Amino acid sequence: MFGYYLDLAVRSFRRNRVLTALMVLALGLGIGASITTLTVLKLLSGDPLPQKSARLFTPELDPLPAQGYVPGESKPPWGNMLSYTDAMNLLRARKAERQAVLALTQAKIAPLRVGEHPFYSDGVTTTADFFAMFDAPFQYGSGWSEQDGEDRARVVVIADFLNDKLFGGRNSVGQTIRINDHDYRIVGVLKPWAPQPRFYAVNLGGRSYGNGDAVFLPLQSARADRMDPQNVNCWSTGFDINHLETAPCAIVSLWVELANASDATAYKTYLSNYVQQQISLGRFHRPNTWLPDLTGFLAQQQVVPDDARLQTNLAFGFLLICVVNTVGLLLAKCLRRSREIGVRRALGATRGAVFAQFMVESGMVGIAGGVLGLIFAELGLWAVRHQPAQYASLAHLDVSMFVATFVIALIASLIAGLLPAWRACVVAPAPQLKSV
Amino acid sequence: MDIKPILAALRKHKIPAALIVLEIALACAVLCNAVFMIGQRIAKIHLPNAIDQAGLVDINVQGTDPKLAHADIPRDIAALREIPGVTGVAAVNMVPLGNSSWNSNFALGPGALFQKNSPNVATYYLSSGGPEALGMRLIEGRLFNSDEYADSSLGDSYIPSGHSVIVTESLAERMWPDKNALGQRIWLGDSNSYTVVGVVANVLRPNQNGGGLSQFYWAAFFPVSPSAALGDYMVRTAPQDRERVMRAAVAKLGALSPNAVVKGRTFSDIRDKYFADTRSMVWMLVLVCVVMLAVTAFGIVGLTSFWVGQRRRQIGIRRAVGATRSHIMQYFQTENFLLSSAGVAVGMILAFGINLYLMQHYQLDRMPWYYLPASAIALWLLGQLAVLGPALRAANVPPVVATRGV
Repeated sequence: MFGYYLDLAVRSFRRNRVLTALMVLALGLGIGASITTLTVLKLLSGDPLPQKSARLFTPELDPLPAQGYVPGESKPPWGNMLSYTDAMNLLRARKAERQAVLALTQAKIAPLRVGEHPFYSDGVTTTADFFAMFDAPFQYGSGWSEQDGEDRARVVVIADFLNDKLFGGRNSVGQTIRINDHDYRIVGVLKPWAPQPRFYAVNLGGRSYGNGDAVFLPLQSARADRMDPQNVNCWSTGFDINHLETAPCAIVSLWVELANASDATAYKTYLSNYVQQQISLGRFHRPNTWLPDLTGFLAQQQVVPDDARLQTNLAFGFLLICVVNTVGLLLAKCLRRSREIGVRRALGATRGAVFAQFMVESGMVGIAGGVLGLIFAELGLWAVRHQPAQYASLAHLDVSMFVATFVIALIASLIAGLLPAWRACVVAPAPQLKSV
Repeated sequence: MDIKPILAALRKHKIPAALIVLEIALACAVLCNAVFMIGQRIAKIHLPNAIDQAGLVDINVQGTDPKLAHADIPRDIAALREIPGVTGVAAVNMVPLGNSSWNSNFALGPGALFQKNSPNVATYYLSSGGPEALGMRLIEGRLFNSDEYADSSLGDSYIPSGHSVIVTESLAERMWPDKNALGQRIWLGDSNSYTVVGVVANVLRPNQNGGGLSQFYWAAFFPVSPSAALGDYMVRTAPQDRERVMRAAVAKLGALSPNAVVKGRTFSDIRDKYFADTRSMVWMLVLVCVVMLAVTAFGIVGLTSFWVGQRRRQIGIRRAVGATRSHIMQYFQTENFLLSSAGVAVGMILAFGINLYLMQHYQLDRMPWYYLPASAIALWLLGQLAVLGPALRAANVPPVVATRGV
């Protein structure tokens, strides 16, 4: 029976080519727009480390003075940024399985060949656990040890693309590169690694999406060599910019890896105790602490640009209009065939059979619309890739969105087909036959 | 024209009529909001900025020794002034719309930083000749004198030690809404205060810094002597000389500081880059609007054509009993007008609702009322345009159809 309905549907399409083309085109446009924006939204709101995001947390403290404090309301404007002193205190307490303090910096890299110019690259200054905690994979070598950090050792881990650029992709472990006019020894080369969103950079003064960082340096060594953080927030004047480590300034963030929820509760208690202790020392005045996990942190920071969400809403509004449009055209088409329906009914087709026939027809419109939608989505994503946005180069259709295209297309067309199919199956056969 | 028979006919075709109304309503609702968003973004792209935008070039120098800045900067400025066509040079800590920003919270009296009611202000530090190089427009008061530049150093906390400041008119309005700003003082913490010596026309900040559009002009300018904090040179020239001056400046400073990374950009490029995302959003919204209107129009064409086809015989009878072609045309046009009117009525309510929803969930303002009638008119016109083809076909139905196949 299904084959017969397919055949009937194809015949009906042939009879009304323009109308059919219009339906498929409208549906295809709606689906293309929705899939394009959904793909971008999915990319932007994705989980950067799905395997362990639930176990990663970033503490937030409030070092501001007592003046102006409103319990339950006040929160420092710099999110999870901490002063160097507090971050290092929490790091050295080692209350979590792993912990890393980090800041972003612009690293000036000297060329290896004569005649080339130095260039700036995105750098992360951090502590030893960074790589293991964030699952950054190594191509050659490894990270540095905690002792290297304390010793201010001039060691560096570089990204695959920088290794390609400087060393043609060879194993460069043991080589030396000049960063901000100091010699650093390469101890590791990463495989391609660029979590999206670039969660560890949020608040630190970098972009939230896009390419990975080029160099990773021990925080203490970078501080010693005056590689300044990209974002500095001070809550008091009269400090020395040359000694940011002791200044009343939030310049780094801290990430910790905890085994489970009860560990998170314990860590939160530890944070509160730490703040109480600092209050009794007179360093702190506000008791608040926060400990969002990775996904909670990204939601709280509203990393996904408003425009991306607006676009998705708009695209689905557009798809709705396309569906209503398809309902109208399908209805027109099937009411025009009242006589044919009358004949089929008179020859013994049940209402269910007529209903099924028209649903098959709209399903076919849906699949055709899906194919067209896929083409439009590829076009749309191609256009997105040529946009100036940070995430532009990452906009590609993946398997799940490929499947989603056809699921959305089928659902949309079947919903659109319900009303016309119902109208078709309630056609009374007798009056239609009379007028033949 | 009598609309009673039209209403009677529509009552017989409730579902197709309702579909047209629904489609027009949805299109109207989406159109209103999309056009509103386009308008807001275009306004943002064209935000006025009272500096010499056409003649400015930014030369960014990074990677020099901070300890030598006090000597390097005068040397670089002198070198830049020698380039033919340069009419002004100054070192600054940041560039309007350059995205990298320095900000402070200023209060009306001494106290802790981040007090309530202390607005977040972008702090431009300018070396001697800064306002002239930028081409700022003085509204009242005066620009800085040479002593104020010489006596104000940034020191180790990067806070100007001088006591003069120039503010934008927006900031003056925010700090002293009912007073003249000249002579007033602003405070940074409890030991640094600055007296307003001049008010300038609104200059944009390096970025919006999380605030609304109204805060985009909250900027203050401080005179400072050369310091490592000043990493950009603003070079002013005639618009047609920009590219040449930029290339010459990059070459010259590159030769003076071989170890540094020197980059040049015209201010037009900086501005274009800053608003590039906004601009592409505008194009995307325009595209969606156009395609959506086309889809709606085709929907109307499709349904009305079907209608005309169904009523060929009735049209023939009307023609046979004396209706002219224009009567038939008018019939379909009036019918479409009635459906469009119902559609835009529902659509305007829907548009208002969507705007309320967007205001709650996104940084969006209330839509001015005139967007509603404007898109209503647009959809009326679209409906009339779409119905023209089918109506003409209906008008061409010959009266003889009435006598056939009865």
